[in-house]
Amino acid sequence: MLTKAIALFKKDFHSELRTRYAINSLAMFIIVAISVIMFAIGQERISEGLTGGLFWVVIFFTAMSGLSRAFVSEEERGTSLTLQLVAAPSTVFTGKLIFNIILVFCMNTIIALLYAALFESFVINNFGLFLLSFVFGNIGLAISSTIIAAIIAKAGAKGTLYPVLSFPILLPLILSSVQLTLFAIDGTSIETAKFELAIVVSYDVIMLTVSYLLFDFIWKD
Amino acid sequence: MVWKIFLFILLAFVSIAGIAFPIVENPQAWYQFPNIPGLEQNARIIFFHVPTAWLTVLAFFMSTVFSFKYLKRKDLDDDLKAYASAQLGMTFCILATVTGAVWAKFAWGSFWSWDPRQTSIFALLLIYGALFALRSSIEGEEKRATLSAVYSIIAFVTVPFFIFVMPRIMKGLHPGSAEDSSAGPVVNFQMNSSMLLIFFLSLIAFTILYFWIWRISYKSLIIKENINKQLIRG
Amino acid sequence: MNNYSVEAIGLNKTFGRRLIFNGINFRMDKNGIFGISGPNGSGKSTLVKIIAGLLSPSKGKIIHKNSNDEIIPEKLHNHIGFASPYLVLYEEFTAWENLDIFSEIRGINFNKDKAKDLLNRFLLYKRRNDLVKTYSSGMKQRMKFIFALMHNPELLIFDEPTSNLDEEGKKSVYNIITDVSKQIIVIIASNEKTDLDLCNEILDLKQFKDF
Repeated sequence: MLTKAIALFKKDFHSELRTRYAINSLAMFIIVAISVIMFAIGQERISEGLTGGLFWVVIFFTAMSGLSRAFVSEEERGTSLTLQLVAAPSTVFTGKLIFNIILVFCMNTIIALLYAALFESFVINNFGLFLLSFVFGNIGLAISSTIIAAIIAKAGAKGTLYPVLSFPILLPLILSSVQLTLFAIDGTSIETAKFELAIVVSYDVIMLTVSYLLFDFIWKD
Repeated sequence: MVWKIFLFILLAFVSIAGIAFPIVENPQAWYQFPNIPGLEQNARIIFFHVPTAWLTVLAFFMSTVFSFKYLKRKDLDDDLKAYASAQLGMTFCILATVTGAVWAKFAWGSFWSWDPRQTSIFALLLIYGALFALRSSIEGEEKRATLSAVYSIIAFVTVPFFIFVMPRIMKGLHPGSAEDSSAGPVVNFQMNSSMLLIFFLSLIAFTILYFWIWRISYKSLIIKENINKQLIRG
Repeated sequence: MNNYSVEAIGLNKTFGRRLIFNGINFRMDKNGIFGISGPNGSGKSTLVKIIAGLLSPSKGKIIHKNSNDEIIPEKLHNHIGFASPYLVLYEEFTAWENLDIFSEIRGINFNKDKAKDLLNRFLLYKRRNDLVKTYSSGMKQRMKFIFALMHNPELLIFDEPTSNLDEEGKKSVYNIITDVSKQIIVIIASNEKTDLDLCNEILDLKQFKDF
């Protein structure tokens, strides 16, 4: 099943290279969001706690601007029927999930690098912890936004509804990730942050399970 | 009819008792409440605020149960039941948020302070809001039923996280939360038997009230749908 | 020899609370062309979508069997070829790439000879390296037949097969339909008289309108 999903991912990847829809809007969004924050801060030096929070604000809204693309593009063009004819629902979901995971990793790495370069107070003292929370946080973000994107695409309402539906679902993940980022900035040991890490990992596992169980219902009209 | 009168008497009794029974230092008579340090007269809200919060959760739970049923049996009536329950849940959620905030103004000095319970009820409010936004954006009945059922199940799965995550991230002020040393876990220790009795009577009365309104509201939704159907076919 | 069979038991479909059809029963186990007719809005497309597993019926069941083994819904898509005007291919890719992509997503090897042969038969070989978005609607329609036939399906479903086609296109489609119907089951949903003339048996949806 994985080879089929990867074939679907490759299709999306090539399609993205030709249309550049998601990449362009994501890149622009990152630049806009970060510069708005920079303007708002001005000359002031903000605390570590605030940068950790703002880091996830940018990540959340960037994700909301680009990740719905995976399903909305199929639905808009009417190709989701074609996909139903060539692949099982689980294959479709896996393919789209791989695409979104890679997109989230690229975009968040760029955001993290920009933050490290532009904000003096964004200094990671426990890099191992940051990496762990970054990886699991990104996976969770990709899973939830993929399943919500599937709902949005079928609902026929693009744009505004996506963050509205995603926010309550992502809230536990975002709150724990903000906390973990603060820990990483403070240099707290992984031992102390075990509880939050466990929450993020179990969030990933539970959301993944629920998504696979429910995707069939969304995908079939 | 009998149980409607019973419910009326029960609710009337709970309201009068909750508001009028005196709070004294050393309760002797059955109608006297103990004085809980730090809460005093503010403690009375427990008879009204806690049941609304409980119904918010119960209504969400029932809504999820019927969403699940809909996905299994594809009976549109199940969807209407889930919808009716969500509507009620939203109402009680607003009531719980507002009564809680008003109480917090007097007990903690501000309407809102991102206490874990406040954050949790806020998250529930967001979930309900998102559910209605989703419902109103979909035209087809079946699609609307399926997608909102799926969404409410996904949202339901995240609820346990709030219970575990919130207390770790924010400090609790709410009576009954772990960090609350001044007022202590109210329900377990400082309520006397008469207070507990009124509290549980109130919970029961509100729960019956919920089921009663829920039945009326989903029945009316079903009747409305049937009339629509007759109009389309006739 | 093809041992494929499709059986419908008490199919009923309602959209919301509006009835589309009720009590459809049939069984197809012989190779040949099977027609579905009915006026606009009678549920022809809905029925073929249900047969193809794209929609689920409100009541009743559709059973696909291959040599007496029931095919599970997750695998059904590899046994079915489907073409219709509302099917859309990936327009940012060329015809050749489309066929390649679909084979890969299906998990089968891309059969280049078969692709060449089909493109030739539907008069599209010369345009195989052009993006699908540059095609005319008739060319897109012919491309969909190739999409439906590429993976050697055991059941072919055509919804309005000749819409958007000119006389020449129609002729080549009819030729191919009669050709393949010797080996497999073909279902055609249409109102065109010439389409229905090909059919060995016709199911009229008008008779399934009441409860």
